[in-house]
Amino acid sequence: MQNLEAQLKQFVVENFLFGKQNGFNCDDSFLEKGIIDSTGMVELIFHLESSYQIKIEDTELVPENLDSVERLVAFVERKKASKEQGSYQSAS
Amino acid sequence: MQVEQFLEFSAARHAGKVALICGPQRLTYKDIDDRCNQLANALLSAGLKRWDRVAIYMENSPEAVLGVFGALKAGGVFLVVNPTTKMDKLSYILNNCRASVLITTGKKLDEIRSIWAETPYLQTVIVTGADVPSTIEEGGKQILSLEHVLATASAERPSKRCIDIDLAALIYTSGSTGKPKGVMVTHLNIVSAATSITTYLENTGEDVIINLLPLAFDYGLYQLLMAFKMGATLVLERGFTYTYVLIETLIREKVTGLPLVPTISSILLQMDLSKHQLPHLRYISNTAAALPTEHIRQLRKFFPQVKIYSMYGLTECKRVSYLPPDQIDIRPRSVGRGMPNEEVYIVDDGGKRLGPGETGELVVRGANVMKGYWELPEETAKMLRDGGFPWPEKVLHTGDLFTSDEEGYLYWVGRKDDIIKTRGEKVSPKEVEEVLYSLPQIADAAVIGMPDPILGSAIKAFVTLKPGSSITVQEVLRHCKERLEDFMVPKQVEICETMPKTGTGKISKRALALGGGGTE
Repeated sequence: MQNLEAQLKQFVVENFLFGKQNGFNCDDSFLEKGIIDSTGMVELIFHLESSYQIKIEDTELVPENLDSVERLVAFVERKKASKEQGSYQSAS
Repeated sequence: MQVEQFLEFSAARHAGKVALICGPQRLTYKDIDDRCNQLANALLSAGLKRWDRVAIYMENSPEAVLGVFGALKAGGVFLVVNPTTKMDKLSYILNNCRASVLITTGKKLDEIRSIWAETPYLQTVIVTGADVPSTIEEGGKQILSLEHVLATASAERPSKRCIDIDLAALIYTSGSTGKPKGVMVTHLNIVSAATSITTYLENTGEDVIINLLPLAFDYGLYQLLMAFKMGATLVLERGFTYTYVLIETLIREKVTGLPLVPTISSILLQMDLSKHQLPHLRYISNTAAALPTEHIRQLRKFFPQVKIYSMYGLTECKRVSYLPPDQIDIRPRSVGRGMPNEEVYIVDDGGKRLGPGETGELVVRGANVMKGYWELPEETAKMLRDGGFPWPEKVLHTGDLFTSDEEGYLYWVGRKDDIIKTRGEKVSPKEVEEVLYSLPQIADAAVIGMPDPILGSAIKAFVTLKPGSSITVQEVLRHCKERLEDFMVPKQVEICETMPKTGTGKISKRALALGGGGTE
């Protein structure tokens, strides 16, 4: 299985760059480079929630979490970790 | 009155007041007025003459604002080009209006250099945020650093060079021929439209208005013009991508006016807005496409104290109508009546005025109606026609079909042509089809608008391939993205075996809308 970074990079390249990988880096700002606009962001959020079984809160819709592949990776990992922590606690 | 006087009068009245908030920057009216004087003096020194065109090609930023008012102060005509415009089209626009000055950013400069040779009228390029010397010659152009201008040029106000019937701006829109056309707007047009709109929105100097839309789009541009006219504060955003950032900004800056298009309200309403208190918000406005009734209902529920203005307009006259907020619960589907100091009516194909319940083309009279399309007399004559009065007067035929109720409130029915309204912007299918036809694999291409809950209409392209050719949907989309502004890139591409044709052999877009392309 691909690692999370490769998966998310592939999603962005396929959906927002239409397959053009050249010159796209995982630390590129989606906003600065004009890669994702507001409607693209809706698609990205839907993808994150459905593919990684996480629930993204309104207050998390900020560039610190979502503005590059690197930030997406860190954000998704954080969300998954806190979810596992939560279910472990509720199970104990 | 002239448009730059919106800034000058407000600077005289409230020199130290914050006029513009953009990211971390907060600029007062005096800061902006001084800097615009400096830019105007630099433009005049560089040889700008009255009525010369000044193109502004950059993201929403304080420098773009300086470009607008600096050009006007020097007696020029400004045009704001959407920053996602590709080089082919930028070059077309610069040559079409023979722009002599381009104001842009260091980031865009590298790409723009590729069109030096094909833009012979362009003499001066003013660059911000670039590591360029104060002034250099390159490719036959004089390149000036904006930062150098602001450090050295005189801040004395240049003498007035224009009168109010002179052109102030060109606003390019998607043309039915596939080439963009420049809507010619005079100072008087802008002053009239801005006066009418600020009157019904009840704007005052106390307002804090946020702008999320590109300044190249007239709805975005007017937020700047109207805020400066009233001595209000404009919060200028690069765009709208991160929903919570918008909420935080509305709260932090105590925003009173929130202009929306349906795409933004649709995304905003995916949040639970009841969690956020926006006590300063006074009004929400919507234009570009009718706000869905469900959006209105939800916005009313979340913000019962906020006035919601449902409006309709087109670049050719800026704004046509608004629905008074007290009517929104009574007739939510209406876009209201003509705005102050403007007359609107519905006519049949023969020009006869129609009564309530009848459908026809909407016609607009007013000082806000454009002068015409730049150097396109035939296209102009289609839109501006004799009004049939005892005096010579042209009225604007909008190309939009409307009906009205017994009390004169207007309801949009559709377009007379095949222009698509998506994300609040008009897109000519021809312009997208031309880009598709430039792919050697494509035999036939047809572009239509499909209903979409977020975009209003989504652009859908149908293509057939030449025998023996192959191409993927992703390759088609990439080709489009490299050549078209973001909002024009099709949302969907369908590669079909055959295209439905009409009896005369033309592609039937009606059949495509109903059933798509065919397979053999």
